[in-house]
Amino acid sequence: MWAYPEALLAGAAGTLRIFVICLVVGLALGLLVGLGRYSKLRLAYIPASIFVEFFRNTPVLVQILWFYFAMPMLMPFEISPLMAASLGISLNSAAFSGEIFRAGIQSLESGQWEGARALGMSQAQAMRRVILPQAIKRMLPALTNRAIEIFKMSTLASAVAYVELLQQGKLIASIHYNPIEAYTCIALLFFIFLYPLVQSTYFLERKLRQSD
Amino acid sequence: MSTQDPKDLLRVSGLRKHFGNQEILKGIDLTVNPGDRIAILGVSGSGKSTLLRCLNFMETPTQGQIQLSGQVIGSERTLRDGSVQTTYSERELIRVRQRVGMVFQQFNLFPHMTALSNVMEGLRTVKGMARDAAQTKALEQLARVGLLDKANDYPARLSGGQKQRIAIARALAMEPELLLFDEPTSALDPELVVEVLRVIRKLAEEGRTMLLVTHEIGFAYHFANRVLFIEDGVIHESGTPDEVLKNPRQTRTQAFLARHNEFKF
Amino acid sequence: MYNWDFAPIFANSDVLGMGLLNTLKLTGTALTFGVPLGLSLALLRLSRWRLLSMPAGLLVEFFRTTPPLVQLFWFFFALPILVQVEMTPFVAAAITFSIQSAAFFAEVFRAGIVSIERGQSEAALALGMSGQQAMRRVILPQAVKRMIPAFMERSIELMKTTTLVATVSYADLLFQANELAQKTFRPLEVFTVTALIYFTVIYAASLIVHRLERRLAVSGETTVH
Repeated sequence: MWAYPEALLAGAAGTLRIFVICLVVGLALGLLVGLGRYSKLRLAYIPASIFVEFFRNTPVLVQILWFYFAMPMLMPFEISPLMAASLGISLNSAAFSGEIFRAGIQSLESGQWEGARALGMSQAQAMRRVILPQAIKRMLPALTNRAIEIFKMSTLASAVAYVELLQQGKLIASIHYNPIEAYTCIALLFFIFLYPLVQSTYFLERKLRQSD
Repeated sequence: MSTQDPKDLLRVSGLRKHFGNQEILKGIDLTVNPGDRIAILGVSGSGKSTLLRCLNFMETPTQGQIQLSGQVIGSERTLRDGSVQTTYSERELIRVRQRVGMVFQQFNLFPHMTALSNVMEGLRTVKGMARDAAQTKALEQLARVGLLDKANDYPARLSGGQKQRIAIARALAMEPELLLFDEPTSALDPELVVEVLRVIRKLAEEGRTMLLVTHEIGFAYHFANRVLFIEDGVIHESGTPDEVLKNPRQTRTQAFLARHNEFKF
Repeated sequence: MYNWDFAPIFANSDVLGMGLLNTLKLTGTALTFGVPLGLSLALLRLSRWRLLSMPAGLLVEFFRTTPPLVQLFWFFFALPILVQVEMTPFVAAAITFSIQSAAFFAEVFRAGIVSIERGQSEAALALGMSGQQAMRRVILPQAVKRMIPAFMERSIELMKTTTLVATVSYADLLFQANELAQKTFRPLEVFTVTALIYFTVIYAASLIVHRLERRLAVSGETTVH
C-alpha cells in the first residue's frame, strides 16, 4: 500500500481539484439561484425554482452519467470525466446552497431592510452592506456542511474514471489484489481529513448560536 | 449516630449538595413528622428547591443522611479520613419515589396522554396495576381535584390551573406518604392560583404530610404548622407560622418578609 | 440537430421497470434494518456508560464522515475476504446502506430525544419509573412524533444514495439504464428518461413529506432536523 505514494498523492490532488471547482461553482451559482428564489420577479423565480427542485431531487450519479454519456450526443465537443463530474456535483450543490442562501436571507427580520432603506440605501446596497453579511453568519454552518458533502461526493467521479482518491484505491486494489488494505486506507484517509472539519463545524455552530 | 425515632416520617441530617464547585446546601437538619405541613420560603438561589429535590433524590446529596420512616436511604461507607460516603442504587431510589410524591412548578404533564392516562401512568407502569383497577383509582383522584369531567382531555386543551391539579392527582394516585410541592403556583396566572391552593388546603385538612416551597406567604401562614426560612444553603429560621412570619427573630428573615409583604395576615 | 428516438426506451421499459423495483427493494431493506439500528445507536450514545457510548459514537461519526461510495466498495470487495463469505451485490449494498442510514438516523433520534424537555423525564422519574420506563413510556413517544419529517427526508436521501450500487453491478435503475444505453447506443434518451423517472419518484415523495410537515406544524408539533 505504501509502495505507491505517488498514486495516492495523485488521487488526493484530483480529489482536491474537483472539490475546489465544485465548491466555488456550486456556491457562486447557488448564490445566484438563491437570490432568484428570493426575488419577486417571476422571470427569476420560476427558472430558479425549477432548477432547485430538479437538481435536489435527482441523484448526483445520474446527473454525472448524463453529462458524461448523454450530453456529448448534443455537444460537438468532448466531455472529460472531470467536466462531467464537476457539472453534476456543482449543479447539485448549487441547488442545495441556493436554498440555504434563500433561507438565510429570508430569516433576517424586515427591520433590517427598513433600517437600511431609511438611511437612503438602494436595494442592492442594503443587500450588500447589511443583509448579506448578517445572513452569511447564519448560513455558515449549513454551508460548511454542504462543503463537506461536496468533498464526499468527489468519490462519485470515480464512476467515470476520474483520477481521485477512490479511483486510485480501486487501481491499487486491482493490481495488488488487496482490497481490504486499499479500501480501508482510503476510508481512513477520508475520515482523518474530514473528521476535524466536521468537529469544527459543530464548534462553529455552537459559537454562532451563542453570539446570537 | 442519631436516634431512630419511629414517629419520624423523614429525618435529614447534615445534608449538603454541591454543583461543581458551588455549594448550594451547606448542612441541613430537618425532621418531618406525620401530618406536618411545612412551608419553605427563601429567595431564588437560597437552595430551597434543591433541598426539596434532594428529598426524593431528583438530586443526589453530596453528603448527609436521609432516613425515611427510620430507614436510612442508600448504603453508607466510612472512608479512611472519617468522612461518610453514601451510594444510592436506582432500585432503591425508585422505591423511595413511590413513597414520596412531587408536584412541579412546570406541571410536567405528559402531553401525549389524556388527563386520565396521566394519572393512571404511575399506577400501571410503576406499580404494575391492571388497567381497570388503575382506571378506577385514577378517576377517584380526578374527582378529588374536581376535574372528573376533563378525564379524556389532552393537557394542551387545559388551563394552567387545571394542569397543575391533574399533576397533583397524578402524584396522589401513588398514595405517597409524603408530598413535595416545588413552587406549585409560581408558573400560574394569578386568577388560576386559587383553584390549586384550594386543592392543597383540602389535602392539608385531610392530614397529609406535605412540604411546600412557595412564594405565597399568605397561604403559607394558613396552611403550615411549621415554616422554614432558607437562606444561603442553611435553615436560617424555623418555627410556627406566627413565630416566623409575624415575629421573625432574624434580620434577614425580616428583610425577606418586608420585600414580599403584599399580604395581610 | 440531434435525432431524438425514444422507441428503444419503450421497447425495453420492462428492463427499466425491474431496475426501479430493485432500487425500491434496496431502499426498503436498508430502511428496515437502518431504523432499528439507528435507534439502538442513539440510545447507546445517550447512555451514561462510556463503554457503550464511545464505540457507538465512533461508529456513527465514521459512517457519517466517510463517503458512501468508499463504504460500498469496502463492503463489496473487502468484507467477503475478511469473513470468507460469498457476497452478492445486493447483500453488500444492503449492509452498507443499512449501517450508513443507521448512522444518520441515530443522529435524528438523538436530536429528537434530547429535544424533549427535562421536565418530562423528571416527572417520569418522580413517579418512580426507571430510566428505561421513562424512555419507553414518556420520552420516545414524544420524540418520534417530532422526528417524522426528518426521518422521511433521510429516507429520500437514502433513495438517492442507492444509485451508487450501479457501480458494483447491482441491477438498480441506474445500472439498467447504463446497460440499456450501451446496448441501444442511445445514451441521451435513456439517461434523460432515467433522470426523469428518478425525479418523478423522489419529487413526489418529497411533496408528501412537505405536506406532512405542514400538517404537523399546524397541530402544534415542533420538528427537529
